[in-house]
Amino acid sequence: MQEELIIARGLTKTFKDFTAVDGIDFTVDKGESFGLLGPNGAGKSTTMRMLAATSTRTSGSLEILGKDPEKFGPLVRAHLGVVPQQDNLDNDLTVAENLYIYGRYFGLSKKFMKAKIEELLEFAQLEEKRDVKVDALSGGMKRRLTIARGLVSEPDILLLDEPTTGLDPQARHILWDRLFRLKEQGVTLVLTTHFMDEAEQLCDRLVVMDKGKIMAEGSPAGLIKDYSSKEVLEVRFGSDRNIEVAPQLAHFCERMETLPDRVLMYTEDGEALLEQIYAAKLHPTTSLVRRSSLEDVFLRLTGRTLIE
Amino acid sequence: MNAGIDVPRIQRFGALYIASARLRSISKWKVIIAAVDIGNPLFYLIAVGIGIGVLVEQGSGTSGTNGIKYIAFIAPALLANAAIAAVMDECVFPTIEGFKWRKLFFAQNATPITGRQIAVGVYLAALTRAVFSVSAYYLLLLAFNVVDFGASVLLVPIAVLGGAAFGAIILFFAAKIEKDDQFFNILGRLVIMPMFLFSGTFFPLSSMPIYLQPIGWVSPLWHATELGREAAFDYGISSLMVYVHFFYLATLVVVGIVLSMRQFEKRLAK
Repeated sequence: MQEELIIARGLTKTFKDFTAVDGIDFTVDKGESFGLLGPNGAGKSTTMRMLAATSTRTSGSLEILGKDPEKFGPLVRAHLGVVPQQDNLDNDLTVAENLYIYGRYFGLSKKFMKAKIEELLEFAQLEEKRDVKVDALSGGMKRRLTIARGLVSEPDILLLDEPTTGLDPQARHILWDRLFRLKEQGVTLVLTTHFMDEAEQLCDRLVVMDKGKIMAEGSPAGLIKDYSSKEVLEVRFGSDRNIEVAPQLAHFCERMETLPDRVLMYTEDGEALLEQIYAAKLHPTTSLVRRSSLEDVFLRLTGRTLIE
Repeated sequence: MNAGIDVPRIQRFGALYIASARLRSISKWKVIIAAVDIGNPLFYLIAVGIGIGVLVEQGSGTSGTNGIKYIAFIAPALLANAAIAAVMDECVFPTIEGFKWRKLFFAQNATPITGRQIAVGVYLAALTRAVFSVSAYYLLLLAFNVVDFGASVLLVPIAVLGGAAFGAIILFFAAKIEKDDQFFNILGRLVIMPMFLFSGTFFPLSSMPIYLQPIGWVSPLWHATELGREAAFDYGISSLMVYVHFFYLATLVVVGIVLSMRQFEKRLAK
């Protein structure tokens, strides 16, 4: 049987009259990589702050490593690594000093930290920057340092809030590679993202969140299978024409989404569908056949796109 | 989990870990801090000792200052004010930075360290800086023959106590600040400046009209100054007032730090 490291039941957080997290249930198993996917404001970060055993919940129950984080905050946090959405490194200190100081907060010895810093600098590919002030690092480097910092205590669970938001594609790929290595080492990862490709690459299982609620749960492939078709045909007819042409397209496929810039047609065979459309003398200016993604799942569940 | 993590130990010493990290950051500014901590007293000693002091003593001798030469009369206030300035620097900026600008406190709180320990750690580092600043100032007073070595050594802990009292309260307010736009203006111009001028710094508080004296009564600067004058020069205040001054400052320390610890904890748990 799988060991459940995190169990949330009816987890709720309200700020004055605003409900950020609205009674969500989920569990995270040991060694799995679990994702919270949703647009900005879905309640992902608030959930993460409760999982980090810092933010208090309004109602519901939460158990992390068998303990209630509100009663045993320091004990629970001793087992967690946290990578917040915004890098909160100490800019006055060097790369190595940031790691050292953070290790001290876990009460780790100088001797242990000496070896650990070398290991983490290598992991974060920052060996050459060890004595450079954090101020001088690029966004991707800061991000890697923040992740390395989250690993100083050899945590059982690593929590990552939007790990690659704001990074360029190359920096994202380097980071994904690093996170994938952690996953292979058996570290339990919990991450939030609004990038469907990130969720697909890194998560074994995920929940789709919107407006503080969980809309669906499953593996990326399972969710796509359950909530979307195999392929998607994207056709564009020009800004105003999309809405005009849409009614004529409806009967070609089971499901269709009309967005301001394009029409998405859900089908098992995109190429065949495109041929039918041409045969009907409808000529889109551009067309694209692709596999269904989590973006489509989200659109189906909420009627909205992930990045607005 | 890493076997080296001893949570009970962190619960005992966490505030010291924070303080030592703060001191490491502060030490990156050591050249600027040393320049301020030595330069500022020099300006006062020259301007007041050579300039205003001579004028005052030509006018009324030392009759208005219970027989103490003017520069020595204001020395306890200058020391306490230096402590207040140092503690304020190291309480206000790091706290607003920690909660708002760089969110360092959230990083610290993601470890077994608690919000209460962060509050205490920031405070202890600020007091350490104040000890340094006030000691440097005191050495300059000795060098300039403003005070003689002896009982005047007590001026150092008394000034630090004054800084501690003010700092504990200001730490609480800094931790409450959500919008920082006008905070520094208000603090500097409407709190620090009047406190400096109306706390019996340059003249005995009793020479002010009664309706202005309450500014001095609430100000930690006045209490620390009076206490310092008594300790260093037998200024002639009653022993009752010595207790009042001491307990007022001690109460501010306790109340301020308790409020700060709660506020840090509350804000980090949001």
